[in-house]
Amino acid sequence: MTSLASLDRVTRRFGDVTALDDVSLDIRPGEILGLLGPNGAGKSTVLSLLQGLRRPTTGVVRLLGADPSSAAARRALGSTPQETALPPTLRVGEVVDFVGGHFPSRVPTAELAEEFGFTDLLRRQTGSLSGGQKRRVSVALAFVGRPRLVLLDEPTTGLDVDARRGLWDAVRRQHEAGATVVVTSHYLEEIEALAERVVVLAEGRVIADGSLASVVGRVGSRLVRLVSRDAAAVAALPGVLHERSTVDGALDLTVVDSDAFLRALVSSGLDFRDLTVRGASLEEAFLALTESSSSAFATAGSVS
Amino acid sequence: MSTLSLAGLHARYSLLETLRVPIAVIGALVFPALSLAFFVVPQRAVAENPEFATQAVISLSVFAVLANQLFSFGLGIAEDREKPWHPYLRTLPAPGLSRILGMVVATGLLGILAIVPVVVLGALLTEATASVPRLLLGFAALILAALPFAFLGVSIGYAFPSKAAIAIVQVVMFGLAFGGGLFLPPILFADWLDAISRFLPSRHARELVIWAVQGGELQPWVWIGLLAWTAGALGLALVLYRRDEGRRYR
Repeated sequence: MTSLASLDRVTRRFGDVTALDDVSLDIRPGEILGLLGPNGAGKSTVLSLLQGLRRPTTGVVRLLGADPSSAAARRALGSTPQETALPPTLRVGEVVDFVGGHFPSRVPTAELAEEFGFTDLLRRQTGSLSGGQKRRVSVALAFVGRPRLVLLDEPTTGLDVDARRGLWDAVRRQHEAGATVVVTSHYLEEIEALAERVVVLAEGRVIADGSLASVVGRVGSRLVRLVSRDAAAVAALPGVLHERSTVDGALDLTVVDSDAFLRALVSSGLDFRDLTVRGASLEEAFLALTESSSSAFATAGSVS
Repeated sequence: MSTLSLAGLHARYSLLETLRVPIAVIGALVFPALSLAFFVVPQRAVAENPEFATQAVISLSVFAVLANQLFSFGLGIAEDREKPWHPYLRTLPAPGLSRILGMVVATGLLGILAIVPVVVLGALLTEATASVPRLLLGFAALILAALPFAFLGVSIGYAFPSKAAIAIVQVVMFGLAFGGGLFLPPILFADWLDAISRFLPSRHARELVIWAVQGGELQPWVWIGLLAWTAGALGLALVLYRRDEGRRYR
């Protein structure tokens, strides 16, 4: 086994809801894996299975070859509490010591505070911290036990740009020092900044898994922006995956093959101007992927 | 990182969290002593009779423990379950037993501490009396008798959200305290009330501690009842604890 943690054909149901549907995933040592998906896609369920908070309905979850519900396996795991979770009456230093006390080899409090930039907050009760300060402390807690695997759930939600970049740098340094990181995020920018490998979940299934470039490339899509008086007819041309009107009246089209699309556009004789073509970003790839997967489900549903 | 050393870690920080809200601690420590000062000391017929006064001090001590266990466990667990810190703690490499043991030790320490002012006031302001070995035996009996209250508290904590838990803890606490003869001695009870009272864990607790401190004969219904309540409440607590695992959809 070369993987640090794995899900093997895992299905998890909550009553009638299938949160994960036959998901297999290997987390390999040394990578930063970005877990992407719309709300309800199953990201949090994957994390809670790896944390031992939940058990799979069927399938096997492994953490360093053991069952994550055993405390011993979790010695190599670091997680982040939600920022609202910190016990308000405890001082920051006390929370770090309390969490650190669970691990055989821990980062000294002063060193951790230095790394994540909260040395001046150690004596403060966590209830008095701002949202951004709590976030920094919460993320730091995931690293206090020198974990081999770190799970970061929305690590920089609610942070301003500077604080976000600062936290990303800290996470990258920890990764270079040997930690394997799984990060979920609403911000595609965050995944682009951190992740080497991207796994896209939708409706409880893995719909893409590969390097950042290959996931963006897999969609193979291009973004065409133009202004047209015949917007509806242009959007109906073959090869258009996705259309969106921008606030300034332009039309954004996600297309599979921009060359073929342009030939079709010109020969159709439809009105257009101000045309630009560029490669899709992760966000557009993500939208195209999740949309095609949900429309595929919808089609399958209506047929059966 | 043994289970016990981790339980110690959890107990330490659980105590620290509680001590940071001093008014809660002072309330827990002062309330039973105040009750003694208001309800027992002015009743000279009780306060000046060594046997009755001792029993009154014991009743209030049992009441203090009862209130402490029900509130700390019932309300504490119900509130903890609503906070995201609770699932986070479960991701740390500590077995669930460490967390629960830590909570029991922290709560128990405060509970026992709350008895000290009652005993001191009782010794100073009433004729209540006990030898030191008897007193220690009484504390041991009190700890045993506290178990059903602790498990009932755990059950309430896992069964209800915190707002409901407050109401239920209060009803259960006053019901058990009055019915168990902790406010009014059972001698003053009507026969039917005394008959009901003998089925309540608070009455068992009172009789057990009185027996430990004053000697005499221990009626079988006391220890049988106590055992039954301990086993029953523990069973209920375990069932509710398991039911709680992984139930909420996240």
